[in-house]
Amino acid sequence: MKKAVIPALLLVAGLSVSLSSAQAADGAMLGNTCAGCHGTNGVSSGPASPTISALEKDTFVDMMNSFKSGDRPSTIMKRIADGYTDEEIAAMADFFASKPYKAADQKFDADKAAAGKKLHKDYCEKCHEENGTFDSDGSAILAGQWKTYLDYNLADFQAGDRPSPKKMAKKMKKMVGKHGVGSLEDLSNYYASQK
Amino acid sequence: MSNITRRGFLKASAATAAAVSMAGAPHVARAAGQKVVIVGGGTAGATAAKYIRMADASVEVTIIEKNASYHTCYLSNEVLSGDRTIESIEFGYDGLKAHGVTTVIDEVTGIDPAAKKVTTKANGDFAYDRLVVAPGVSLKYDTVDGYDATVAETITHAWKAGSQTVTLRKQLEAMKDGGTVAIAAPPNPFRCPPGPYERASQIAMYLKRHKPKSKVIILDSKEKFSKQGLFTNAWTELYGYGTDNSMIEWRAKSAEGNVTGVDAANNTAISGEMGTETKADVLNIIPAQQAGAIAVAADLVDDSGWCPVDKKTFESTKHKDVYVIGDACIATSMPKSGYAANSQAKVCATAIVASLQGKEMVVPSYVNTCYSIVGEDYGISVAAVYRLEGDSIKKVSGGLTPKDASAEQRKREKMYAYSWFANITSDIFG
Repeated sequence: MKKAVIPALLLVAGLSVSLSSAQAADGAMLGNTCAGCHGTNGVSSGPASPTISALEKDTFVDMMNSFKSGDRPSTIMKRIADGYTDEEIAAMADFFASKPYKAADQKFDADKAAAGKKLHKDYCEKCHEENGTFDSDGSAILAGQWKTYLDYNLADFQAGDRPSPKKMAKKMKKMVGKHGVGSLEDLSNYYASQK
Repeated sequence: MSNITRRGFLKASAATAAAVSMAGAPHVARAAGQKVVIVGGGTAGATAAKYIRMADASVEVTIIEKNASYHTCYLSNEVLSGDRTIESIEFGYDGLKAHGVTTVIDEVTGIDPAAKKVTTKANGDFAYDRLVVAPGVSLKYDTVDGYDATVAETITHAWKAGSQTVTLRKQLEAMKDGGTVAIAAPPNPFRCPPGPYERASQIAMYLKRHKPKSKVIILDSKEKFSKQGLFTNAWTELYGYGTDNSMIEWRAKSAEGNVTGVDAANNTAISGEMGTETKADVLNIIPAQQAGAIAVAADLVDDSGWCPVDKKTFESTKHKDVYVIGDACIATSMPKSGYAANSQAKVCATAIVASLQGKEMVVPSYVNTCYSIVGEDYGISVAAVYRLEGDSIKKVSGGLTPKDASAEQRKREKMYAYSWFANITSDIFG
């Protein structure tokens, strides 16, 4: 019986090797398919689809998985995210993590941006560090992100359609309670103003 | 998998080892300045040019294109409603120049796959190592009696955006209130499957605003069409579809819809087995289509009139080192859309660079995303992710906007349509 086992093992080993060499997920091949909506190398021309370059690998993976699970609401992204395996999403994440970020060149209201700057400091900076320029622990990059995208997501957080971490929900409730719903617009103008 | 042998195992291991060692090693020596010539500077051709250069700047890439600029077919229906200018859908080739792509404005008159050269009208011959043919579609005028390229200057097809789009817009502006617009929709397969129905929607939106007693009749060569449920939902909601006062009427093939002829002198479409006549104030005939003329002349098409390709690389199955991408190729089950052309071009660019560098092609991946704008603040979409299975492109995920999408979602989908347009055009031409 032992004799029969050895070729079987070889067969399994051979299979896994040929899969990994000929069928490995290719980050550039996969990532380039996103450019039609998110721009070449993930740098978006806006206004509603975000720039997705320079994200931490985990941030990208978590985003795709939250679209897949439906935890994060979307129009089209669930339909897209469902098409990729974990391995493919990881390869895409590596691809976009390696691409430089470019702040969007867009219009903003300077007065609202000034108000938003203060709100950011008081309510957001603790997690969206360095004025929202730094992606850490899934915070993503807010500075220089497209305003329409920010507005949609702030509205979804506010409505409870997009779940937020407990801390964030608390801070947001406090901010809107004290400064009104217009404070969300101040914030998006602030991030839009950053170059 | 029973044919995996010990020998195969060893070969596979060696390949893995080679792939790993190559990553850190300098490029294998090869002839400098290998040449890729691209026939056609539309969505597919221009994308391929840019992505070949991005992947390997040592490759000389030349686009040969008839027109000095390109008008996108996508969003050209918004020019008809007046929501968009014709200039906003026009793109030049300066952006590609920055990527080191040479663009020659000329007409290709012949392709010689044996001698590996392309002949042009004014600039002589171009030798190539790899050739990309991306000619889009040609219109089969002979499928509609009384219709030809000359008649199309006044009874437009406007299926290649540009001067005819402007003509059709002017005709709509000049039409009296209470007038009839008739659109002949083509049989499958054709460029932009939801396009005729988005066009009807955009025209109805314009008429509702300015000439509310008017209507649009779609004369269809088919029994069903792309995103049909979503379109008819929107038409019911926005344009009274299904009522006596509907601004849009759709006649299927079985309801005498298929247009077989045009009486140009009387601006009348002739359709169905009974020869039903539809006299219109504005008549728009979108005829059946096949691969662009140069693909036919170069023996790249099969009996269907479209170009068969290896779906992993988009290399023609008829001629070696010739690749066909975009609307002209057979990429079932991808539709003939702008996003599909852009996606195919990237697979093709990767395959060409791999073959020039003597490397193995990676696993291809394909996406389509297609928006239609059916009214003010009302967008709908279809999307899909595809992968290669055997020699077929198979849909793995995707689908349509849900029928019960909220007003906010529809509004956002219109904004995503504009975002898609801004991004895909910069991805192609920027």
